[in-house]
Amino acid sequence: MNDLILDIRDLSVEYGYGSDPVKVLRGVDLTLERGQVLGLAGESGCGKSTLAYAATRLLPPPGLITGGEVLVTGKDGQTRDLLRMNDEELRRGRWTDTAIVFQGAMNSLNPVYRVERQLTDAIKAHAPHMDARARHDRAAELLDMVGISADRLRSYPHQLSGGMRQRVMIAMALALEPQLLIMDEPTTALDVVMQRQIVEQISELRERLGFSVIFITHDVSLLIEIADRIAIMYAGEIVEEGPAQDLYRRPRHPYTRGLLSSFPPLHGPKRALGGIPGSPPDLAAPSAGCPFRPRCPFALDECATIHPTLRPTAVPADADARRVACLLHDRDVVPPELALTPTTSGTSEELHA
Amino acid sequence: MKGLVRRVVFYVLTAWVAVTLNFFIPRLMPGDPVQSLMIKYQGQLSADAVQSLYVLFGLDKKTSIWQQYVEYWGQLFRGDLGISFARFPTPVSEVIAQTLPWTVGLVGVATIIAFLLGTSLGTFLGWRRGTRADLLIPATTFFSSVPYFWIGLLAITLFGVTWQVLPFSGSYEAGLIPGFSWQFLGSVISHAVLPALTIVISSVAGWILSMRNMMVTVSSEDYVTVAHAKGLPNRVVMVGYAARNAVLPQISGFALSLGFVVSGTLVMEQVFSYQGIGFTLFQAVGAKDYPLMQGIFLVITLSVLAANIIADVVYVLLDPRTRQEG
Amino acid sequence: MAVANTAAASEQVATLPLDVSAGRKKLVFLRNAKSFTGLAILAFFTVLAIVGPWVAPFDPNAVDPNNALAGPGGDHWLGTTQTGQDIFSQLLVGTRGVMIVGFAAGIIATVVAVIVGVTAGYLGGAGDESLSMLSNIFLVIPALPLIIIITAQVRSNSEWTIVLVIALTGWAWGARVLRSQTLSLRGRDFVEAARAMGESRFRVILFEIIPNLTAIIASTFIGTVIAAVLSEVTLAYIGVASLSDWNWGTVLYWAQSSGAFQQGAWWWFVPAGLCVALLGMALALVNFGIDEFVNPRLRSTGMNAATLRKRGIRARVGFTPVVRESLLDGKAA
Repeated sequence: MNDLILDIRDLSVEYGYGSDPVKVLRGVDLTLERGQVLGLAGESGCGKSTLAYAATRLLPPPGLITGGEVLVTGKDGQTRDLLRMNDEELRRGRWTDTAIVFQGAMNSLNPVYRVERQLTDAIKAHAPHMDARARHDRAAELLDMVGISADRLRSYPHQLSGGMRQRVMIAMALALEPQLLIMDEPTTALDVVMQRQIVEQISELRERLGFSVIFITHDVSLLIEIADRIAIMYAGEIVEEGPAQDLYRRPRHPYTRGLLSSFPPLHGPKRALGGIPGSPPDLAAPSAGCPFRPRCPFALDECATIHPTLRPTAVPADADARRVACLLHDRDVVPPELALTPTTSGTSEELHA
Repeated sequence: MKGLVRRVVFYVLTAWVAVTLNFFIPRLMPGDPVQSLMIKYQGQLSADAVQSLYVLFGLDKKTSIWQQYVEYWGQLFRGDLGISFARFPTPVSEVIAQTLPWTVGLVGVATIIAFLLGTSLGTFLGWRRGTRADLLIPATTFFSSVPYFWIGLLAITLFGVTWQVLPFSGSYEAGLIPGFSWQFLGSVISHAVLPALTIVISSVAGWILSMRNMMVTVSSEDYVTVAHAKGLPNRVVMVGYAARNAVLPQISGFALSLGFVVSGTLVMEQVFSYQGIGFTLFQAVGAKDYPLMQGIFLVITLSVLAANIIADVVYVLLDPRTRQEG
Repeated sequence: MAVANTAAASEQVATLPLDVSAGRKKLVFLRNAKSFTGLAILAFFTVLAIVGPWVAPFDPNAVDPNNALAGPGGDHWLGTTQTGQDIFSQLLVGTRGVMIVGFAAGIIATVVAVIVGVTAGYLGGAGDESLSMLSNIFLVIPALPLIIIITAQVRSNSEWTIVLVIALTGWAWGARVLRSQTLSLRGRDFVEAARAMGESRFRVILFEIIPNLTAIIASTFIGTVIAAVLSEVTLAYIGVASLSDWNWGTVLYWAQSSGAFQQGAWWWFVPAGLCVALLGMALALVNFGIDEFVNPRLRSTGMNAATLRKRGIRARVGFTPVVRESLLDGKAA
C-alpha cells in the first residue's frame, strides 16, 4: 500500500535569521499513509512541535525552513510540495487539506469573537458558495459532533470550560472535512478525565470520517492506545520509528527505552519507573556523533564521532517498517556476531530482547 | 458588576480629588497673593463677589476650614467658580463657557484623528515587521520625544511665515462676526488646520509605537496562528484577529494617557494663540488671575474624566470579557 | 544620519565574540544597538551638563548690540539673539539645568512609584485597591495644568520647586506598571518559597521582588526622566519656571516672545528643540532596549531588513519562509 497523504523528506529547520542560527530540525523524514494515526513523541524541546509547525509552514519568525520537501496529497489527488507554494496556494490548501488542533486550548480561540463566527469564518474563506444560513447550520452540526449543544454558538470563549474549548477546536478543525488532522499535545492542559474523553472522541470521529492523524505528545502511553505507528524524536531528529505495539514492546533505541520506562505501563506487570539521566542537548552547540551519547548507558567509542542515521534495525525478526538511528544497529560498527553476544552483564541482550 | 462599581467609585473619587486639590492648593500656599489683588479691586467688587472670592481662596479666617469646604462645594454646585480678575467682572464660568468649545473642537478632534491614524499605521507596521516599513520607526521615535510646542513653532515658521500658506494665529480672522456663514466657517477651518496638523503630527508617533508593539506581541498569540492555519485571507487575520485584540490595550492606554496628551496640546494653543482653554490658562497665569486658573484646572480635569468614561464604554463594547452575560 | 551611523558602528561592536556565556547574558543589553546608541548620546549630554558652563565661549547673558540677530557662523556658531546673546552658549549652559531637573525629578518619582507600586502589588486586597486607585487618579488628572496652578501660586519657583512638583505628578504611570509586575512575581515559586521559610514581608520585597524588577524599574525611571524633561522645558517655555536660570525651554521662551519666527530667525529655536528631541530620543532608545530585554517577542535579533533582503527572507507570521541554503552548512561538521 502506497497511498501516502503526507511525505516529509529531509526537512531542516533553523531558528534565527542572523549569523548565529540554531538548527532545530535536521533532515527529518516522515511519511503518513491514508487513514493512519501517527504518534510523534519525545521530551519537550525535541522538535516535535516544530516539525508540525514547519510541515504546515506555520512556524513563526525567526523560524526558517532551510531544506527538504513536504509533499501533500490534496483532496484532488494531486501531490504538491508545500515548500514551493506561494502564499495564495498555501492559504487555499490550509484547513481544506490539513487542519491543526493546537496545544493551548485556552489561547487558541480569539477572545473577542463568538464561537459561531470562529467556526464559520473558515467555511466562508474556503467555501464561498455556502450562504450564511448554511454556514450556521454547519457550525451547529459541528458542535453537535463533538457533543456540545448548538446554543453554545452564541458563547464567547471565556464562557467555556477548558475541555469545551478544546472540543470547539476539534469541531473547528473538522469544519472542511480535512484528510489530515495534526494534533499538537491536544490534551496536555486538561485533567485526566477530560483527556480520556477527548482521546476517545478523536478515535470515534476518525473512524466515522476517515481522516489521518498526526498525534504529538510527550506522553507515550497515550499513543499506544491511539496510534498505528510511532516516531520518537530526540534533538531535532527522528531516532526510532515503527508500528506502535511493536515499538512499545520492543524498543530498539536506548532513548526510546528510557522514555518508555518513565511512564507507568498501562497493562501487564508493574515495573520500576526509570527516567533518563542527564538533560536534552543544547541545540545551539551541536556535537559530532550521536546527540544522545552523553546520556546513553550503551555508548560506544564510535558514538562520539559517527552520527547515526535512521536505518532498519539489526534484529532480523523485526519488521521492515522498523527503523532506528543507533550505532548499535549499524552492521559496520557492531558486527552482527558481536551484537547478539552480551558485552557487559546482559545490557546488550536486554537491548535486543 | 464589581468592575462597574469600581469604575464608578474611581470616577467619583477622581472628581472629588480634583475639587479638593482645587480647594486646598490656594490655602496651602505661603502668603496671600490673592489678598493684594483683591484690595486692588476692592472698590469695584460687589459684596457678593467679595464673599465668593473669600470662600474660593480661604481668606475668611473666621470660619473653620470645614465650613469653608462645605461652602466651596455649595458654590460649585451653583456653577459659581468666582470672578475673573483679568476680565473683571466676568464670571470665570462665563470665560470657560466661551473658550471650552474651541478646545474641545480642536484638541478633541485632532487627538481622535491622531489616535485613529496612529493605530492604523501601527497595525500595519507591526504586521509587516522585518520589512522596509521598519524604517519608519526611527522617525516615530524622534517625533515622540520632541516637545509638542516645538513642532508647532516649526510649523509656524514653515507654513505661516516662510510659505505664508496658512494662518497661524487665533481661531478665526479678526473682524469676522461669529455665525453660521460660509466665510466664518471657512476661516475657522483654515485657522484650525495648522494647530490640528501639529497636534496630529506630534501625538501620532506615540500611538504608532504602542500599537506596533501590541501587534508584534499579539501576532505570536495562538489564536493568530490558528487563524493562519485556517487559511483565512490575510486581511481578515490582520484586522479581525491581530488588530482587533491589539487595540484593546491601546484603548485603555488612550484613557490613561489622555491627561498627558491634553497637557501637551494645551501648550499648542499658546503657540498658535488659539482662543481655547489652554491659551486662556496661560493668559491667566501671566495676569495672576487665580480664580480663572483654578476654574480652568477643574474643568480640564473633569473633561479628561469625561473622555475617560467614553473610552471605558468603548472598551466594554469591544471586549466581551468585560461584559457579564450567559 | 548620525544616529544611523552610530547604530551601525555599535552593531559591529556588538558582534565581537563573547565566549563566556555568563558574561554573554549580561552583555545582551549592551549588545542591543538601540540601547547602546541611547546610552552614548546620554553620556554626551551628561558631559555637556558637567563642563557646559566652563566651555561656553560667551556669557549667555552678555548683550552685544553690534551682533544682534546674526545667523550661524563666525564667532557665534549658532547665531545670536535679538540682543546679540550667543545662542550656543545659552544651550551649553542650559544643559545642566535640564539634566539636573530631569534626573532629580526622575529619581524622586521612581522612588515613589516603587514604594506605591510594589507595596500595592505585594499586599493585594484593600491596600492594593486603594493604592491603585490613587495612582489611577494621579494618571487621569492632567499634570501640566496642575503643575502650572501650583507653581503659579508658589512664590519661589526655583528649580527645586519644579523638581518636586514634576515628581509629585509624574510617579503614577510607573507605579501602575510596577504593581502589575509585582503581582505576577508574587505568585512565583521562589517568592512563595521565601514566604514559606518565614522571611519577613520587608525582606521578601527587598531581596526577592525588587531584584527581579530591576529592568522594569530602570525603564520606569527613564520614562519619568523623559516626561520630566518635557515638562520642564514646557514650563520654561510658557514662562512659569524661573527665567533667571538658563535651560533649553528658556531659550525657546525668549525666541517666542521676541518674535523669532516672524523674523525668520530659525537658528534661535531650532537647535534648542533638537537638543530636547535628541535627549528624549536617547532615553527612548535605552527604553526600547530594556523593553526588548524584558519582552523577547519584541526582539528583532537578526531581523534587520538588510540581512533579510540579502537572504531573500520575508519574515512573516503564518508563512514560514523557505531558504534553500543554510548559513550553518560548512560551518558545523
